[in-house]
Amino acid sequence: MNYELEQRTPTFGLISDVANTFSKDYSLKLFTQICFNRFFEFEVKKAYDRGLMKLPIYLSVGQEHIPAAIASVFSDCLIFAQHRAHSVYLSFGGDPRQLIDELLGRPTGCARGMGGSASIHSPQIGMFGHSGLMGDQVPIAVGAALGANKPVLTVMGDASAEEDYIYGALGFAVTKKLPVLFVCEDNDLSILTRTPVRRSWTLCGLAQGLGLPAVDITDDPWLIAHHVKQFSLQLPAVINIRTCRGLWHAGSGCDGPPEWDRFTLIKDTMKTLGLGQDALAIESDTERTVQNLWAEQLRKS
Amino acid sequence: MGRTVAEVIRDTTRNHLTHNHGLFLGQCVTAVGWIGGTVPDMSEAEGIVELSLADVTNAGIAVGAALAGRRPIYTVRYQGFMWYNAAPIVNYAAKSKDVWGVPCPVFLRAIAMEGNGIGPVASASQHGLIMRMPGMPVCAPMSPNEWTEAWNWFMRHDDPLYVSEHRRSFTIDYEFENHIEPEADITLFPISAARLNAVEAAKTLRQEGIICNIQHLMWLKPFTVTDEMRGSLSRTKLGLVIDSDFEVGGPSRSMAYDLMHQSGAPVFALGLEDRSAGVAESLDNPTPTPERIVQVVRNLIRNGQRLAVGATRGGDQ
Repeated sequence: MNYELEQRTPTFGLISDVANTFSKDYSLKLFTQICFNRFFEFEVKKAYDRGLMKLPIYLSVGQEHIPAAIASVFSDCLIFAQHRAHSVYLSFGGDPRQLIDELLGRPTGCARGMGGSASIHSPQIGMFGHSGLMGDQVPIAVGAALGANKPVLTVMGDASAEEDYIYGALGFAVTKKLPVLFVCEDNDLSILTRTPVRRSWTLCGLAQGLGLPAVDITDDPWLIAHHVKQFSLQLPAVINIRTCRGLWHAGSGCDGPPEWDRFTLIKDTMKTLGLGQDALAIESDTERTVQNLWAEQLRKS
Repeated sequence: MGRTVAEVIRDTTRNHLTHNHGLFLGQCVTAVGWIGGTVPDMSEAEGIVELSLADVTNAGIAVGAALAGRRPIYTVRYQGFMWYNAAPIVNYAAKSKDVWGVPCPVFLRAIAMEGNGIGPVASASQHGLIMRMPGMPVCAPMSPNEWTEAWNWFMRHDDPLYVSEHRRSFTIDYEFENHIEPEADITLFPISAARLNAVEAAKTLRQEGIICNIQHLMWLKPFTVTDEMRGSLSRTKLGLVIDSDFEVGGPSRSMAYDLMHQSGAPVFALGLEDRSAGVAESLDNPTPTPERIVQVVRNLIRNGQRLAVGATRGGDQ
């Protein structure tokens, strides 16, 4: 067993007091986006459980804070994600109503009902859809960076990181010094098969072997934002983020509590920052806002 | 004497990179023969991008560059490598407009070659691989004007285009004319390098008193059965599609089906045999040779068109 692959704790790579390096206003905005993403996913789950969606859904509950943190410090970029990207779409400013419509299979959806949960996109925010081939967004993102000469974000999972073309994409990006931020949301699961069962190597080890700056960290949002800010000045770079998928790979089921509950830890940090009461208010307000948004959209035929 | 196909490709590429902010992507393109003289002597700063040998990745990079609006020319030096390259092309470039309304115009030059001991490595045409998936037109130009037609089509549209090239076309500096005679015995529909062999075969058959009409096929998908094709088949009441791709499950049979349904005449198919090629010349599996075409046409005429399906595959089939 690779010891490095087993480094799964809520404090892995954590920098002491990193949240305090950000302004209070920043933290309030970050927390608001995290809550929006989280409660949006809960509404998807409710609608799915009511049978309103006849499609596979890929919920980001437990990982919803990662794109919120990235988007808070990395913008004006092209975005290539894959399934489990509702929170990516929302964090970068995608229209939530169009996403709801897409999940309901409506022609007013962000992909006119063609994409569903797994293949959402938004030209308005520079987010391109995913074809369904795991990891193929990564070389495509590299090609877009070559063609557009602007920063590109690509998000993969720990399983798609194993696709052979990820190696080629990382290699080409570093060879041509392309401005790509590679993010791996590492929930340690390919459906239900754990990473150490599938491979003995780490993505960061691979990236560093190719000469790419890389960091392997836990999913604290301030820590993520800290590294994204640093790496945005030295792209291409890789961030592997250890996180916990709260629900099933596809669908809304749950196999028990996650290894750690990041949302609770985030609220603890907000208290430490002296923002505990603000956080409670934001959580409550955002939940209501998202519920109203869904109710309004569901009423539309 | 006009320009050769290679010269047209090279000049068009140079113009695209110089005036359209285009990109040219491929493996080992700036070495040895510059892909049969089809690549302009330009630098990476001018748009010639050397890729690594990671085929699947490279096709993805071409897709990304197309999404970024660069209308890349992506060259696959050996068409057999399409088995690696096809995934991002058919699953993204060909779907992008249908699924997301986002055009992904890649000009994919996939180059076939044969002979010279290439054997089982990566030879032959593989346009059938792309044709069976939606979203990507396919053509196989063999002359300077045909290649230009393909290019102009690409620049007028926002779709990806699969251009099945054949190395034998690079030195061609003339155009092909369809050959139609009122008393012909059979209509041939050759594709890619098979067009050169069909012309040769027709000359031999004429000496035996068998007259062949020839309808050259460049656009493979969408495939349009023209009035001229229908008219020719209505007179000859017999047709044969000849391809540089494999016959079984391949374009020749698919197109023969379309021609049969639209004309009512029996149309047979002839392509590469259903076996792996070997390096030794005697074990190669090339585009149907003029001799093989002659033999198949002779059998079709003499046997009164009663050959069973698969009988045109050669060997012991």
